Order: sequence, then C-alpha cells, then structure tokens
Amino acid sequence: MKNFIPVFKDKNKASEDRSKIFVASRRDFLKIGSLATGGFLLGVNFQCSGPKGEVVTFAPNVYISFDSDNQVTLIAHRSEMGTGIRTSLPMIMADELGADWSKIKIVQAEGDEDKYGNQNTDGSFSVRMFFEPMRKAGATARHMLIQAAAAKWGVDPSECYTENSEVHLKESRKKVTFGDLVQDLLVMPLPDPAAVKSKELSEYKLVGTDVAIYDAKDIATGKAVFGADVDLPNMQIAMIARSPVVGAKIISYNDAKALAVPGVNQVVKIEGAGIPPGLDKPLEGLAVLASNTWAAKKGREALEIEWDLGPNQDYNSTAQLEAMAKSTLQNGKVRRERGNFNAAKSGAAKTLDKTFKIPFYAHATMEPIAVIADYKGDGSVEIWAPSQHPQWARGAVAGALGIELSQVKINVTLLGGGFGRKSKPDGVVEAALLSKAAKTPVRVQWTREDDLHHDFYHSHSAQRIVATLDGSGKLTGWNQHSVFPAIGATGNPDELHPSDGELGLGCTDFPFDVPNIRIETHESKAHTRIGWLRSVSNINHAFAAQCMMDEIAEARGVDPVQQAIELLGEDRDLNFAEETGGKYENYGEKIEDFPWNTGRMKKVIQAVAEKSNWSQNLAAGKAMGFAAHKSFLTYVACVVMVEKDANGNLNIPEVHYAVDCGVGVNTDRIKSQFEGGAQFATSLAMTSAITFDKGRVQQHNFDSYQIIRMPQSPKKIEVHIIPSTEKPTGVGEPPVPPYIPALANAVYKLTGKRIYELPFKI
Amino acid sequence: MENYTLTINGKKQEVSAEPDMPLLWVLRDLLNMKGTKFGCGQALCGACTVHLDDVAIRSCSLPISEVGAGNITTIEGLSEKGDHPLQEAWVEHVVPQCGYCQGGQIMTAAALLKQNPTPSEAEIEAAMQGNLCRCGTYNRIKSAIQTAASR
Ligand code: FES
Ligand code: FES
Repeated sequence: MKNFIPVFKDKNKASEDRSKIFVASRRDFLKIGSLATGGFLLGVNFQCSGPKGEVVTFAPNVYISFDSDNQVTLIAHRSEMGTGIRTSLPMIMADELGADWSKIKIVQAEGDEDKYGNQNTDGSFSVRMFFEPMRKAGATARHMLIQAAAAKWGVDPSECYTENSEVHLKESRKKVTFGDLVQDLLVMPLPDPAAVKSKELSEYKLVGTDVAIYDAKDIATGKAVFGADVDLPNMQIAMIARSPVVGAKIISYNDAKALAVPGVNQVVKIEGAGIPPGLDKPLEGLAVLASNTWAAKKGREALEIEWDLGPNQDYNSTAQLEAMAKSTLQNGKVRRERGNFNAAKSGAAKTLDKTFKIPFYAHATMEPIAVIADYKGDGSVEIWAPSQHPQWARGAVAGALGIELSQVKINVTLLGGGFGRKSKPDGVVEAALLSKAAKTPVRVQWTREDDLHHDFYHSHSAQRIVATLDGSGKLTGWNQHSVFPAIGATGNPDELHPSDGELGLGCTDFPFDVPNIRIETHESKAHTRIGWLRSVSNINHAFAAQCMMDEIAEARGVDPVQQAIELLGEDRDLNFAEETGGKYENYGEKIEDFPWNTGRMKKVIQAVAEKSNWSQNLAAGKAMGFAAHKSFLTYVACVVMVEKDANGNLNIPEVHYAVDCGVGVNTDRIKSQFEGGAQFATSLAMTSAITFDKGRVQQHNFDSYQIIRMPQSPKKIEVHIIPSTEKPTGVGEPPVPPYIPALANAVYKLTGKRIYELPFKI
Repeated sequence: MENYTLTINGKKQEVSAEPDMPLLWVLRDLLNMKGTKFGCGQALCGACTVHLDDVAIRSCSLPISEVGAGNITTIEGLSEKGDHPLQEAWVEHVVPQCGYCQGGQIMTAAALLKQNPTPSEAEIEAAMQGNLCRCGTYNRIKSAIQTAASR
C-alpha cells in the first residue's frame, strides 16, 4: 500500500499490459480453435437462432466478434462514466476493421484483467494505453477477412479492402459480407502479428471525427442501466449507518426500533478497518436490510448506536489548514533543486511571497454509490457495480470474503459519474459482505449524505510560492512549498509528505526557464480518507503556480501570455530527472515515449490567445484571464472571460481552450470533456468545499455542498483541438487544472482583488 | 400499508405502500421503473423529476399519499418510441456524458416547453436551475431545448 496511487501504480507496466492481452487472446484462440467448440469470448461460438438456422460466431480476439448474420460485436472493456470511452475505443476497432458503425453492437466486458488487459479506468489513460491495441485488434480481423475473401476469389489480398462490414474487390468488381466469410475464418490460423498492418491515420473515417456516443438514445429514453437499476428476485436493500468519524468503532447498539419499521428484515454489523482506513475497505457500520429503499432508510434513522469515536474526534480542518500554511515558513524536505534559490533570494530586487489554499472536495457523482451483490450457495458471488476499477473490486471482495478471485464475477454497469470516487471498492465490499450474511441478493444504496460524509476526499492544501526578480525584472527564483495530506496516508499513516507521484502533478514538473528552482514539502497528517479527484493534485498545484505566474507578469510589467511563451524558451524536451533525483514519474510513462515538449505547450498557448482574441480591448466591465498547464501528458491552455451582471454576480460569458492531446479519436467527446471540465472546475473554484469539525463532515447535501447550476455556468465554451499525429493522450482530467487559475486571474483583472483561497466569492 | 391506484404513463397501477413512501421509490422499487433516478432525496438536484399532470415535480419529495388521481408521466412514458422532440434533440446534440441526470433534465425541459413553447435563454435557465449536472452538460442541454423549441 506504500506510495499507492493507482494513477501510476503500474509504472512501466503500461507497455507490458499492451502486449499481454494479445498474447493471451492468441493463445486462447488457438486452444479453443483446435477443440472447435466452446465459449464466445474464447474464440468460436455456435448458437442456434432464427429461421436461417445456425449462427456461427467468429472472434479473432477478445474484443471483436462477428457472426454469420453479419452482426459485428465489439467489447468495451473500460468503464463508462461519462467520458465516452465505451464509444471511443470500439470506434478505433471499427475503423480498422472497416465495419458499418451504424450496425455495431457494443457489449460491456465483465471485470477480468487476465482476459481484457488493464481495466482501471482512471488517470486519463484509456485512449493513451489502448489506441494501439485497438488498432491491432481491428487490423488483425481485417487482415484475416481479406485473406479469406482473396482466397475465395483467387486474387491477391492487396486487391481487396473492407468497408460497410464487407470485403470489396477493388473497382467494385465483387464483394462479400463479413458474415459470409465466417466459415472460412474458422479454419484459418491466426496471422503472424508481424504481418498485420494498421491503417495510416489518414485512412481513418471515424477516428478524428465527431461520433455520437453509443448510449445516447438509451439515456434519453431512460433505458440505460446504472448501478442501482439492476433488479434481482428476492433482493433486499441495505442502508448503512457508517462511522461518523473516520476510525470510529461501534461499542454497542440497539436495533429494536429499526426492526420495528415495516419492511425492515434484519440488521447486520460491518466490521470496519479502523485506523488506517485503507483505500479498499468499508468503514465500520451497521446495515439495515429491508424489502425496499424507503424502509431501509427509515430503519437506519431508527438505529441507536454508541460509537467509540477514536483518535479523529477532535479534528478540525480549518485549524489544520492554517497550521499547514504556517508550516511552509520553515524549511521543508527538498524535492527538486536547480541552481541556488537562497542566493537568488538574497540578491533579489523584488520578492513575491504568496500562499494559496484550497479546501477538501467531494466527488459528488450524480449517482450515489449503489452496488448489487448475489452471494451464491457454492461460495461464489456475482456483482453488478458502477466501478471504475473492477479488478481491484474483485480482489477486495475475494479478500473480504476469503474466497478465490475466480469466485468473484463482476459485471460493470454504466457509471453515473466517477471522477475517481468509483475506483474505490468500499461499496462493492459492503454489498458482498451483506449478501453473504443475509443469504439473499442485496443492493447497498448510498444516499447523498452518505456520499458527502464518507468520500475519499481530494485533499485540502496550502501552497506557498516565493518568486524573486532581479534588477532588470528577470524572474530569477521559484520556490514552491507544497503541503497536503497524501493519498498514501489513507493506507499508511506514516506517510506525511506528498508522494513523488502527487508532486509530479504540476509541481516538480514546473516547466519554466528559471535559473533557480527549489520545491519543498512539509508534513501533514490525514484525519480522513484521502483519494483522487479529477486531475488530483494538479488542482492545487496549477491554481497556485498559474496565479503566481500572473502576479509575476504584472510585477514585471509583461503580458502573461507573452511571459509564458518567453519562459518556456526554445522548443525542446524537458527532463526533470536530474533535479528531482530521478523521482519524476511522468504519469507512469517513460519520458522518451511521452516527452515534455515546450514547443507543443507554446503552440496551445498561441492558439488560445488567437482564438480568444486575447489582445483585444474588452468593453468596460469585462476581463479575461489566462493559464496553461500540462497534465496527464496533454497540453492545455485556457482563457476565461468574466463580467459582473446588474446584481453584482459573476458571469462567465466565454471560455476558450486549446488542447494538444496527440491524435484526437472522438473529437466530439474531446470537446464534451472540456465543456464539462470547465463546469466542474467552476464548482471547485466558486461553490464547493468540504470542511470537518469534531472529525465530522459539515456538509450534507447539495444545499451545503454546492455545485454550479445552469444560470451560473460558463456560457460559451470553445475548444480548439490542435491537429496532431503524436501519440494520443487522455482528456478526462486535463481541462480542470488550468481553468481555475485562468478564472481567478480574470477575476483579479475585473475586481483588482487577487484570489488566494478557494472557493472564492466576489 | 395502504393501497393506492396510480395512473402512470396512461396506465392504472395498483400498489400497496407506506403512506410516506416517496413516489420515487414507489416507481423504482415497487414498480421496477428505473428511468427515474435518485440523486439527493431532498428536491435539490432534479434527477428524480417526473410530471404530475404536465407539471415537473421532484418525485423524491412527494409521498405516495399526496399523489392523488393525477396523471404521472415518467421518462419511459414521455413518448411512445423515444421520439419526443427533446429526446431527438438530445441525441442530435449528444447531450449526455454519464447520463445519470439526463432523464430528469429532459422531464423538466418537457414541462417547460409544454407551458412555454418558445422560451428565451433566461427562461430556460430559470426553469432548468433545479436540475444539477455534475458532468457539466448545461450548454448542450440549452442548445437541445432551443432546437426542440424551434421545431
Ligand atoms: S433526487 Fe429528487 S431532487 Fe434530487
Ligand atoms: S450527464 Fe452526468 S450528471 Fe449530467
């Protein structure tokens, strides 16, 4: 559990995963192919259907199958939580395959990483990790189809191509549907991977265009299935009274009144992890199981529980944040060093010294956690869960129930939002434990209050930055102090400093050409469960650094956009290895594979300046702010425009983004992630905060933990995607970090007041 | 437990429930109609929006004993074939991200258009402000409503 951040935990494992799945599927195919029988996913499937009689299915790998009715079915193995990944990855396969997209069927994979490769839908890495495997999956199938058709027609394979789920002979001489080739394919060996060639990027018809998500109509008609929508016979509904303070334990309880509520059947205690709470364990709690949700809720309200509140019962987050800010006045643990900051400071003509604070944030996914578990007589358990990380959930359940991984089957439903919350398997473990105790299927239903009280929060944070200017106005020194309770502390209370991974999110990768840089961290303890929220510590780091850069530009009397371009310097690849003692993690990718290129960053900055008409003279009462930040290997620059309305409220009439995420797969979903990212970040900047007093969360529902509503939301959000042939990188998280400082910088220009603490009010 | 007869999507349905059970749980748990979603239980988010006689209401906060004889419409019954102008506009603009809030958004928008077929931008914002979307699809929601209104 040490240094545990799933975003990077597979450091250097990414490429391993990429090749592994193909080795596995090839072996499975050959094994099953020679037996000429058996399961759909393992290769060949015989099933009867309709008047045409036998429908034969051919699956060259675990992601693709087509049957003799010419139905092409693609597997989506990553979790859909709103990014559109359930559409984007299949799109790549369909494009390679030459399949008719309008007739594609997409099936969600169960959680099984041996079969499908990595399914941890987190860290904005689905497209980055699976672009090549999906191309290869589609290309392999296309290769085989073309071989089969060419053999049939007695022509050279180079004479053939695929389109509309058919193989065509050039110049429209002949065509055959994929379905009509299935019999031929069944007796064909899998091709040598070296012989399979993916299409050129320029040959794609879907990749690089706007494609509607597969589930759009089901969602608009109420048919889409989320976690709570699965219904099983005899299912009971559970609501759990969880420890009000992390680490609290039940001393005693009286459930008589709860059991008297009509519909309530039983009360079950869940043994919690205590301290440390861990990232994959449920909290201690008392569950009320009832025949419907309302009865379970009323039963829970009727419970009488005496808690031993444990060591966190006096915790006050405001006091801790103050202490954290103060600690930055001391020397900390140095995490990156260039030149000699102290010398720069003593020789400085001017010093800026500012501290930026942000609160805890809850994910507040629109769908509160709901998980269904069905523990069976044979000791196995089947689960339906809106999980971002089904394999982790499987392991956690197997551990909690003392059964084998193979005895845990997990079906992944649609997720009503994830943002990192639904990586954690605590709700899944709760459901499995309760189903085992009750001997019936159980749905654990979280309420909004549960969701806000028992999250794995984005950590509150203090960031102090000291910047030095020499007599000529040159920026000579940058000293950033970063303090926040680390994610790792949730599993290991001895972790008192942010990890290297967390610092690599916008702090140690400070890209600007400043001769003296020192980055230090200070100790702080976790008194609650800390997790990761959309873009993780990039939120705190980018807010502080990009607001500070704006202040520096002002002090130097230069334009902040010009300053950013100037300080990025020559076009080149940056390497933070030496100055961080080899501790820069680059989102789990080798820096040679995904370099930090200043030229690409300057390009997005220039693009956003141009698209937003940055140098324009704005009408009185309007102002624009700028920030640029690379995260998750994606380059983003952002300009936000603000104005005050007649009532003195802040309006955000325009947002401009420029993004370089390498090859864009589904451009509509890239835009939608940026549109949503701007809205999400507006909430973080202006309306949301979690605070603790006496160890308890003080916000309970959307009245006290507010997220922005339509009238306050940014109006026009323009997303400019830089055309690129570089390797694709993710877009789920990168919209968030630069937006907040761009907004804060705009508000400063409008009001003359700098923003040092979130959420801010004007 | 009391017995109630509800009219849902034009169909009479008999249910027995505790009088304080919110309509949301009657729909979801007793009638297995899962299109209406639970988001907050406090009339703060709009995920559970249905129509009661063409008016948008939050089903999480309406006890079954207060529903009375009115006609209830849920997202499943908004149109027979899923082709309400709003549903079509929703697909056209690819409004949904995670999708969880969208049934509620569409129900609120449908009640708005019934009452005011050509709402201004400010009227759309005012009508929709009770519906939260954590994924941030507000601008596409607005565009889809304007598209549907223009037809
Ligand atoms: S669930 Fe009814 S308004 Fe939120
Ligand atoms: S689409 Fe996810 S909450 Fe609205």
